[in-house]
Amino acid sequence: MTPKIAIRDVNKQFGQGAQAVQALQHASLDVADNEFITFVGASGCGKSTLLRIIGGLETQSSGQVLLDGAPVTGPGADRAMVFQHYSLYPWLTVLDNIKFSRQLAVNQKDRTSVDVERASGRADALLSLMGLTAAAHKYPAQLSGGMQQRVAIARALMSKPRVLLMDEPFGALDAQTREVMHDLICHVRRLEQVTIVFVTHDVEEAIYLGDRVVLMAPRPGRIDTIYPVPLPAARDQDMKLAPAFTGLKREILNRIRDTAGMKTDLEQLQKLSGLAALHA
Amino acid sequence: MSAPEMIAPAHVAPPRRSVWAIRGELSTRAYLAIALAGLLLPLLLWWALSASQWVSPVFLPGPYTVLQRLVQWWSEDNLGGDMAISGYRVIAGWALSVVVALPLGLLIGTFRPVQALLEPLTDFIRYMPAVAFVPLVMLWVGIDEGAKVAVIFIGTFFQMVLMVAEDVRRVPAMQIEAAQTMGATRGEIIKLVIVPSARPALLDTLRITMGWAWTYLVVAELVAANSGVGFAILKAQRFLQTDKIFAGILLIGAMGLVIDQLFRLLHRKAFPWLARH
Repeated sequence: MTPKIAIRDVNKQFGQGAQAVQALQHASLDVADNEFITFVGASGCGKSTLLRIIGGLETQSSGQVLLDGAPVTGPGADRAMVFQHYSLYPWLTVLDNIKFSRQLAVNQKDRTSVDVERASGRADALLSLMGLTAAAHKYPAQLSGGMQQRVAIARALMSKPRVLLMDEPFGALDAQTREVMHDLICHVRRLEQVTIVFVTHDVEEAIYLGDRVVLMAPRPGRIDTIYPVPLPAARDQDMKLAPAFTGLKREILNRIRDTAGMKTDLEQLQKLSGLAALHA
Repeated sequence: MSAPEMIAPAHVAPPRRSVWAIRGELSTRAYLAIALAGLLLPLLLWWALSASQWVSPVFLPGPYTVLQRLVQWWSEDNLGGDMAISGYRVIAGWALSVVVALPLGLLIGTFRPVQALLEPLTDFIRYMPAVAFVPLVMLWVGIDEGAKVAVIFIGTFFQMVLMVAEDVRRVPAMQIEAAQTMGATRGEIIKLVIVPSARPALLDTLRITMGWAWTYLVVAELVAANSGVGFAILKAQRFLQTDKIFAGILLIGAMGLVIDQLFRLLHRKAFPWLARH
């Protein structure tokens, strides 16, 4: 079976000559249909860059990304993306934001009255799925951060993308709102049958949501280790305290520390505090 | 282990934040009172200075004299006509700028090759003083209405293009990228994302450049005019009618202020979705 997304030896270099930065080196990965894959890693590991390459918003320096066997050449409606913030259209109401993609030429072919009705039914269904029905006619500025991200997810799902790409979508939310969003996105995934690639810097979030966690390492940005998550497909918050969960969390956190060079930072800190003591 | 403790409410006066706190709060009433004082104080100072006879009335006519002159100008010298023709020149020159600057600025702010082609050139021209173009304009356009409109156009256009381009560039990249991942084409992104997203900033740019257009009025009416508020100021200078100069300057300020406030009102009405403080 062809994988949903096939990443084949993708390299990405920013800048030229001496200033060149290797953002991604030899990244290869297969993502199965309906899989929920999460990318974690220290900053500079290239996780967002890889996501943006899959989305077609960034071009790789070499290598290939295949979607259902066809190479990705640019952004498209089959790969909707949810960003951390500032992506909603503030001049449109919640409902109009969600229905934004309806007016685009790519969706012009389904314009029969049945399709229009189905689309407005889908918009309503997404509103209620996301708990946004009461806010349908509000503007984004009138909503909390969590509500805004619900709108962004609903808007991305509206045209039934094959893949949902999420770039730290809950990074700006508080811990409680985040937990609610985690259960919501699990729920969405069961209902929508969509392949999800999710970037985060939060290890717990990566394990809780993912079927597999892809750990990426910086300098040069690369895929380091892939961890299958040893938990049942249907997750609940109590699982975060299960030994299988905490064990994997410890393992991943340790690996991130190793790859991010946190130990050198500690030495540096000791050196600095030693200096401070001398001057005191 | 002790039980959680309830804390009894104490009657303490709420702390008051100083109005001098950085970005502090000020009640609407206090704000209006201070604003009024800010407007009246210079007027009072002006009145006191002229009433004291410390400065000769030839250099500094009193507020009352200026007001009298204004009334006389209105009843005997066709002030209404002067205001109308000046307003027409300003708005025509400005509108001409808008018609050209909006699409051009949109292209500069959206497409890098257009930016490379036009932005350095525009940056260069905008430093050339509009006043210095007056002789050229007379040579090229002549000395009729078109010439006055042209001077105001030159004074506002080049700044406006750059501001429009900047407004367009400030549209958040995420808004554009979200549309791309929904399958929007370039044309759709411009029409459905960039233009609507930039509208509030664009209206502000129109308001600010309208203010600049007014400041070029007197320069524009240097060109063989025989009417208009700017022309009246220039003529009054020749006859040492300081009171009329004062009246004309204040009048231009007032007309600009009224238009500015209309723009602000339009801004509030047109964009109810903006988060305001």
